[in-house]
This record gives sequence, structure tokens and C-alpha cells, in this order.
Amino acid sequence: MTLIDLANPSRFLSLTARLLPYLVAGTVVLLAIGLYLSATAPDDYQQGATVKIMFIHVPNAWLSMFVWAVMSASALGTLVWRHPLADVAAKAAAPIGASFTFLALVTGSLWGRPMWGTYWEWDARLTSVLILFLMYLGLMALWRAVEDPARAARAAAVLTLVGAINLPIIKFSVDWWNTLHQPASVFRMGGSTLDRAFLYPLLVMAIAFTVLFITLHVAAMRNEILRRRVRSLQMMQARAASNDVGATSPASQPA
Amino acid sequence: MTALAALIRRDISIALRVGGGALIGVLFFLTVVVLMPFALGPDLPLLTRLGPAILWLGALLASLLTLDRLFTADHEDGSLDLIVMGRTPLELACAAKALAHWLAAGLPLIVATPVLGLLLNLDMAATSAVALTLLAGTPALTFTGMIGAALAVTLHRGGLLLAVLVLPLSIPVLIFGVAASEAAISGPVPFGAPFSILCALSLVSLVVGPFAAAASLRHGLD
Repeated sequence: MTLIDLANPSRFLSLTARLLPYLVAGTVVLLAIGLYLSATAPDDYQQGATVKIMFIHVPNAWLSMFVWAVMSASALGTLVWRHPLADVAAKAAAPIGASFTFLALVTGSLWGRPMWGTYWEWDARLTSVLILFLMYLGLMALWRAVEDPARAARAAAVLTLVGAINLPIIKFSVDWWNTLHQPASVFRMGGSTLDRAFLYPLLVMAIAFTVLFITLHVAAMRNEILRRRVRSLQMMQARAASNDVGATSPASQPA
Repeated sequence: MTALAALIRRDISIALRVGGGALIGVLFFLTVVVLMPFALGPDLPLLTRLGPAILWLGALLASLLTLDRLFTADHEDGSLDLIVMGRTPLELACAAKALAHWLAAGLPLIVATPVLGLLLNLDMAATSAVALTLLAGTPALTFTGMIGAALAVTLHRGGLLLAVLVLPLSIPVLIFGVAASEAAISGPVPFGAPFSILCALSLVSLVVGPFAAAASLRHGLD
């Protein structure tokens, strides 16, 4: 089973129809475990119970970048290999990524209010994530601006790859500019600085959110394929109807 | 090489003649800067403080306004198809077009900056700092904006969509352009660091812009 076998949308639909229940079950179980671990995690000696916002905020923020990376891979699939499902994957991922980015911004500002004393600060990390959010919205506007999906897909692929430059900027913004947002503490050279009591719930939540994204993405891709089929069926129907009209009243046709 | 030089010469002369939009950008720049005192009140110390930011915003909007025509006019009269199918690499042709656009529409903005600096009560040093940062930063605006222009022409959409696509990409340029001018005028931070990043942004866009625009033209036009 290679990636090219999935190029047939019917095969993709039948495979994901079998896969989707397991993905949903996995998401529910992982989210339940993660939320339980987060709820029972000890309070921070400095931050108190607000540290638990981290278990929602960090997975959202990590996914906001992961989704753009998935879209960049799909964009390469569209431009380089002309994979028929690559543009479906890219289109389905954009609204999901925008939601994760929005949630990361909202939970971050709710966490920032008690910790930093402000909902918003023009800090490098916050600003670069806001730019990512704007780019998601621009990309969705681009998808909606064009009727022909294939044409929109190629334009969106170029824009996605250009926007991918923002990802390393977001990742390293906290190291390059020493501003309000704390530097990386989970994935860093020399091991995590996070205590294990917080690290394990966070990792479980991160995996749970990633599985959640995969589930949502597969479901959205199925919907997009079905939507395109409905669209082409409607167009065939309209063409057949106009042919019928032309056949019954030949006088209306120009000679 | 001669083909590229001819392309640059042609684009500049079209932009500067009647019907070309290059000098309208300067007029728009002037209008935006003149609008600011009406919105903020004619408070000279405040205008001095906000001056670099106002000049940068005006230049950003003016260059965005003129970008719309970068490929559209050529697409309408068919010469864009010739450029895409021609023997010159499309990436180089795109770079030449952007260079011509910057010479015709970007440089006049920088030339106009000292006059507009007078209106905003900026002294000589501050004005020359802003002009220098604009000189280093506007190529980045043109070359990243070219990506949006190429996308817009393949989609037969311009205007607002172009602005929505291009403006997020131009935020870093705006941040470091204003930061460098502020650093040169008053700031405690040294001028070198933000200015170097601004130059780096321009150089990166010089590489990325032509490739992305050419890819979008090649895949999008049919």
C-alpha cells in the first residue's frame, strides 16, 4: 500500500470508512486520559491552578504549526506529483488549522491575563502566531475566491509554501528575541526543563490533539471528496437537463 | 541578458508614460501622509514621534496599490503569455519585472520621503534614516508582493484578495523597518541589528519572490 494507491478517491473513501471509527475511539480515549491527568496534575507553586491552561494551550499551539506543515507537504504533492488527493488534503486542513491557531491565541491570552497582567502583548511569539492566523484566513479566502478547485489548489499551494517560511520564525522567535513569552522548555537540547508531573499530562494531551486533528482531517477530506462528487453530479444533471430542453424544442436552437 | 534589459526598459517606460501607474503611487503616498495630521490632530511633537511609522505605513500601502498592475496589464494585452512561453527563464523574467517595478514605483517613494518628512516635522537625520530603511526595505515589499500579484492574475481576481494575501507577508518588513528607523532616531538599541535583519528580509524575498511568482504563473495560466 503506497501513497499512490490512495490516489483513487473511491479507495481512499472505503479505506477511511473502516479507519475512521478507530480514529474516533482513539481520540476519545486519549483525550479522556489526557484530561484526567491534567485535572489531577498538581498546582504549580507559583502559578497555582492556572498552570492547567498549559495542557490546552500548548497542544493547540503545536498543532497550529503542525497543520501548516501538513498543508505544505500537501502543497508539494499538488505542485510536484499532481497527487489528486493532495489539494483535497490542503483544502480540508486550512479551517482546522485556523481553529487551532485561534484557540492557541485565545487560551494564551486567558493565561496571559493572570500571569503577565495583560491579555495581549506585541511580543515576537504572539505576533508571529497572529500572522500565522491571518495567513490561514487569507488562504481560506483564496480557496473561496475561485470556483475551479484545481486552479485554486495550485494558487493555494504556492501561497502555502511561501507561508511555511513563518514556521521556523515562530519556533525560534522566543530564542531570537528575548521578550515576554517564555523560551522553549519541552523540546530543547539537554532535555526538558518541565517537571515530570506536568510533562506526562502535556505529552498525552499533545498526542491526543494530534490524533484529534488526524480524525477531523480525514473526516473533512471525506466530506470534501463527497462535496466535489455532488458538484460534478449536479453539473452533469444540469447539462443533461439543458440537452433535454434543446432536444424537445429544436426551434430554440440557433441554426 | 539583453532580453532581460529590454524587459526592464520596456516596463519602466510603460510605467512612466501616460496610463502607467508609477507616479500615482507617490501621489497616494503624499495623500496618506497628509491625512494623518487630520486624524491625529496637528500636534507637531506627536507627529515627530509617529513620523517613521506613518512614512512606512504610507510606503507600504502605496507599493501595495501599484502592485495590482504588475502582471494584470501584461495579461490583458497577451504579452504575459509571451514571457511565460519565451526562452528566458521565467524566474529571471519575474525578477526583472519586479526590479523594473521597484525602479519605477519604489524609488520615487524614497525620493519623496524628505519632502514628506518636512510635513511630519522630522529633522534631517531622522528623515535620512527613514529614507535609508525604505531603500533597504521596499525591495522586500515589491518582491513578496509580486507573489500575490502573480496569484491574483492567475485567479482573475485583484484588489482586496491581493491585499489580504500580501499584507501578512509584509508585516516583518514593517516591524524591522520601523524598528530600524526608531533606533537611528532615538532608540537605545543599536541601529545595526534591525537594519541588518531588514536587509536580510530583502535578500530572502529577492530569492523566494521570483521562484514563487514564476511557479504560480506557470501552474496557473492556461
